Amino acid sequence: MIPLSYFLILSIILFVLGAIAFFVKRDLITQFMAIEIMFSAANLAILAFAKAATSLDGQIIVFFVITVAAAEAAVGLAIILLIFRQKKTIKSEDIKLMKG
Amino acid sequence: MTDYFWLIPLIPALSTLILVLFGQKLPKKYVSFQACFAVFASFAISVISFIGLLQTSHEHLPIIKNLFSWIYAGNFQADLALQLDPLSSIMTLVVTGVGFLIHVYSVGYMADDEGYTRYFTYLNLFTFAMLILVMGSNLVVMFVGWEGVGLCSYLLIGFWFDKHSAANAGKKAFIVNRIGDAAFLLGIFFIFINIGSGEFSIINQAIGSGAITQSLATLIAILLFVGATGKSAQIPLYIWLPDAMEGPTPVSALIHAATMVTAGVYMVARMNVLFTFSGSANSVVAIIGAVTAVFAATMALTQNDIKRVLAYSTISQIGYMFIGCGVGAYAAGMFHLYTHAFFKSLLFLAAGSVMHALSGELNMQKMGGLRKYLPLTYPTFLIGAIAIAGIPFLSGFFSKDAILTSAYANGQYLVWALGIFGAVLTAFYMFRLIFLTFFGNERLEPAAKSHLHESPPAMTIPLVLLAFFSIVAGYVGLPVVVGKNLDFFGRFLEPVIHKAHEVHLSLGTEWMLILISVAVAVTGIFIAWVFYIKNPKIPPNLVARFPGLYKILYNKYYVDEIYNTLFVNSTIKGSEIVYDHFDLKVIDGAVNGSAKATNFFGKILSYFQTGFIKDYALIFLLGAILLLGYLLF
Amino acid sequence: MAHFLFFLLAIICIASVLGMIISKDQAYNALFLIVAFVCMGGLFALLEAPFIAAVQIIIYAGAIMILFIFVIMMINLRKGVGPEKKRWTVYFAVVIAFVLIAELVLTVKGTLEPISSAAVEKLGNPTDLGRLLFTKYLYPFEITSILIIAALVGAIVLVKKRDKE
Repeated sequence: MIPLSYFLILSIILFVLGAIAFFVKRDLITQFMAIEIMFSAANLAILAFAKAATSLDGQIIVFFVITVAAAEAAVGLAIILLIFRQKKTIKSEDIKLMKG
Repeated sequence: MTDYFWLIPLIPALSTLILVLFGQKLPKKYVSFQACFAVFASFAISVISFIGLLQTSHEHLPIIKNLFSWIYAGNFQADLALQLDPLSSIMTLVVTGVGFLIHVYSVGYMADDEGYTRYFTYLNLFTFAMLILVMGSNLVVMFVGWEGVGLCSYLLIGFWFDKHSAANAGKKAFIVNRIGDAAFLLGIFFIFINIGSGEFSIINQAIGSGAITQSLATLIAILLFVGATGKSAQIPLYIWLPDAMEGPTPVSALIHAATMVTAGVYMVARMNVLFTFSGSANSVVAIIGAVTAVFAATMALTQNDIKRVLAYSTISQIGYMFIGCGVGAYAAGMFHLYTHAFFKSLLFLAAGSVMHALSGELNMQKMGGLRKYLPLTYPTFLIGAIAIAGIPFLSGFFSKDAILTSAYANGQYLVWALGIFGAVLTAFYMFRLIFLTFFGNERLEPAAKSHLHESPPAMTIPLVLLAFFSIVAGYVGLPVVVGKNLDFFGRFLEPVIHKAHEVHLSLGTEWMLILISVAVAVTGIFIAWVFYIKNPKIPPNLVARFPGLYKILYNKYYVDEIYNTLFVNSTIKGSEIVYDHFDLKVIDGAVNGSAKATNFFGKILSYFQTGFIKDYALIFLLGAILLLGYLLF
Repeated sequence: MAHFLFFLLAIICIASVLGMIISKDQAYNALFLIVAFVCMGGLFALLEAPFIAAVQIIIYAGAIMILFIFVIMMINLRKGVGPEKKRWTVYFAVVIAFVLIAELVLTVKGTLEPISSAAVEKLGNPTDLGRLLFTKYLYPFEITSILIIAALVGAIVLVKKRDKE
């Protein structure tokens, strides 16, 4: 049996790597991918806990997270496409519409 | 038979709701049918409940129907509860009975008006509010009705709102009433603080068991009475009622004669335990009532506007009702309220019929000799005038006599004398009105004369019915001289009227008082006859002789002008000062200051809003780390 | 065997995420991500969640990544976007990353003991999962479908070319 801690630590590493990727990368698409990695890392942790608790509810949660992530990816990518069409760029530092 | 009494106010409410929602789409005929039918149904239930009440023994009174608990807050509790007892039963009979006849009359009177549906909506709403006022079992519900009739009165006085004077009259009525209402509300608050409940039964019990001191009771009673002077048009807040004649005439009859203005009298009668306990408040009520009775009557002497004469007469007659309440004869005051409702609405409706016949002419100097043109209006008007003047065998005589006798019996000789003097004036100005309108030369405008016609049956039938009641309504409260225990009215009210000590006069004194009041009534009529029929030159001569006095009376003692200078102008001046120094600097300063402060902090915060997602994400992540750290350590 | 599989998948997964960080080309990034997601699916399977593993591979590695690749194709930048120029952001991110790791490890420290092997053998049986989904979680499930429809319509409306432009 693989101990629970292995999965949790892997989940932490992947999550933090995703966060680093978000900060290091400069184009919106790859940053978006980094967010997806963080999602999956969180899913991994949830599944690990679900197994520890021998409960199916955790798997249901992950199922919903994946479903919502799919919806979110579709809308997010549509927005990125729209930004590219209007600004001819996907560099995140070129976009500062919300500057106060 | 009293099971369904709570439907009495609900039927007009339902009718109002239907008219508000669908009124514009419904045909005129249906609107008038529904409005009249709703009030008639209420009247029918009122009659049934009244009969049921006669068979109910005193221990079971009042019958209370709790519709639902309305306000619960801490110790404070107010239920939306209706009650049926002799007092509210009489009021519902008057409101719905007279109200129904006036609804029917309005069908004819308002037939050609554009705001027909709106008119009947308001009228039904008014009936509902007034019924809530008289049937509420606690002060809160009563206050709802109290404000409701105030609102309806504003709506109906300003019914022809495109007319400047009507809109102003509506506002005046509303504002003057508001002054009284503020005092009334203060009185209610005092009762809540000191007794802890607004239920009439609990208040009466608490006063009986000495929960409040006599001076506190006086304070509360005076505050409540100030409210009553606003609603019932007594000195010093009577000024709105004459102007209220800008509304349609049936409205004047319904609101400003028969029902709404009596709310103050009803309220004093309802709180009679408090007023009697206070004692000195009662004296104030009696004196204000007596002074108003005479004061308003003198103003009625010189008016030429037929409705204004009636308006001042209403103020004067309500003064009589307050005399009754003030001397402890609440039953007599209520009795006068009840008879007055008939003959005053009769007078107003008849005046409306005259106006209708003359295409809206109001000036009595331009009438005269109308009796042969208006074969139904004339006799009914005459009956109303005789009733109000206090000629024996008509209703007004019995009730006015009951009040004056009680005043005399209680040793309030000054009040009694003022009342007698007022009675002379009443007889005089009423017959001045009759003689100027129906007798003498025709002084009509040619245009008006060509249209001269008697009113349609929808208007004359209510007149005849009201005239009938003006004659017979008094026979339920016969004076002692006719026979013992014939005062059915007084005995019916006994369960709700707290009896102090009763003073019995000898039969001889009673007869003497009756003879005096008959004599003064006849004198008043005789003087009017001399002045306006026998020798019409006397009035102009008198005017020439006493120009100052005439001017003062004609201009209504300049009370409106005095109020304008004292209160209205000083309020405006004061407001201007406050505006310049307080509003502009303090309030605007505070508003602008807060805006500036927000702007300042916003500028600082906006440095965080760089517009770069990475910065947002960084802040977000930092927040998450801090939160996690907080949870961990 | 299980340990071997776990470490294999974990290393491939971490490596491909690192690859994604280092590579400049968006298309490569997407491919790295697909590898990472497939490995993640394998890890899910190790956690006795075969259905979720399948969903992960079909939806994430399949559908979502296809979307990414389509968008990359449509945008079609000749030259990729270089790494962050503001160096301090990177350093700051790394510092924060370590702090985060430390905190997260502290958080899960209490659970670091090996779990009991008394786990039910067929925990992630798709039949049970389906039953649960259509009984206890019926309403969330149905609401999710509305969400997906909304996202679908929203994405189409957003991207649709307007006549004025």
